[in-house]
Amino acid sequence: MRVIGISVDPPEINREHCRKQGTTFTFLSDTGAEVIRRYDLLHAGAGPNGTDIARPAEFLIDASGTVRWMNLTESFAVRARPEQVLKAVDDLGIASTSR
Amino acid sequence: MRRRRNISVWVGFLIVLAAFVTYPTVFARFPGTRDVPWASLLMFAAGLALIARGLRLAHREPQLYRGRIFGAILMGLGVAATALFGFVFFHLARDLPSSRHAPRVGQKAPDFTLPDKDGSPVTLSKLLDSGASGADRLNGVVLIFYRGFW
Repeated sequence: MRVIGISVDPPEINREHCRKQGTTFTFLSDTGAEVIRRYDLLHAGAGPNGTDIARPAEFLIDASGTVRWMNLTESFAVRARPEQVLKAVDDLGIASTSR
Repeated sequence: MRRRRNISVWVGFLIVLAAFVTYPTVFARFPGTRDVPWASLLMFAAGLALIARGLRLAHREPQLYRGRIFGAILMGLGVAATALFGFVFFHLARDLPSSRHAPRVGQKAPDFTLPDKDGSPVTLSKLLDSGASGADRLNGVVLIFYRGFW
């Protein structure tokens, strides 16, 4: 199982963030919001100075590339909790052999 | 006779300010106080109640307590801060696009290639393929779209 974060932040910001927080997850930069649009997750004008950003969303994708669990929050103050994601992984029986 | 300082009004106002500041800085870090901001709402309520108590004292015993005017001003500011918090949390935060065409359970996740923090391209399908065999096989990916740190 691998955790991947996607936002409109450029690589420099992600690098800085990883350095500060010590996180080793994969952070990908979708500066043009193309992938965010492809997933229909664009929150137009919600960023600083009216820029487009992603609305929060979480997906669990299996080895065949199929979505097995997803969470679209109704409020940006509320996100999927770690235990919800872990439960979704457990429920699918694809528990991690790698991290 | 010198009138007493109206402590209730000031302490109440400080609690309202603290409620405003501690949601993003403290309570938003814990799901229990973030998803439903009961701790913040409790602080707002306690703060406003204290200001109201101070105002009542100032009006009942104006010869003893000060604060009829600034008490009213702080009450106004306190109510405004509470209303602003309510607006942001209960309206603005929920003003999200419907994402009706986002991939659903059972559908294929659209493939993509994006640069990681070092600028190296990462492709979803390659990532999933590369782990298809071997002991260290990758059995899935958790994709997290987030607003960004700006």
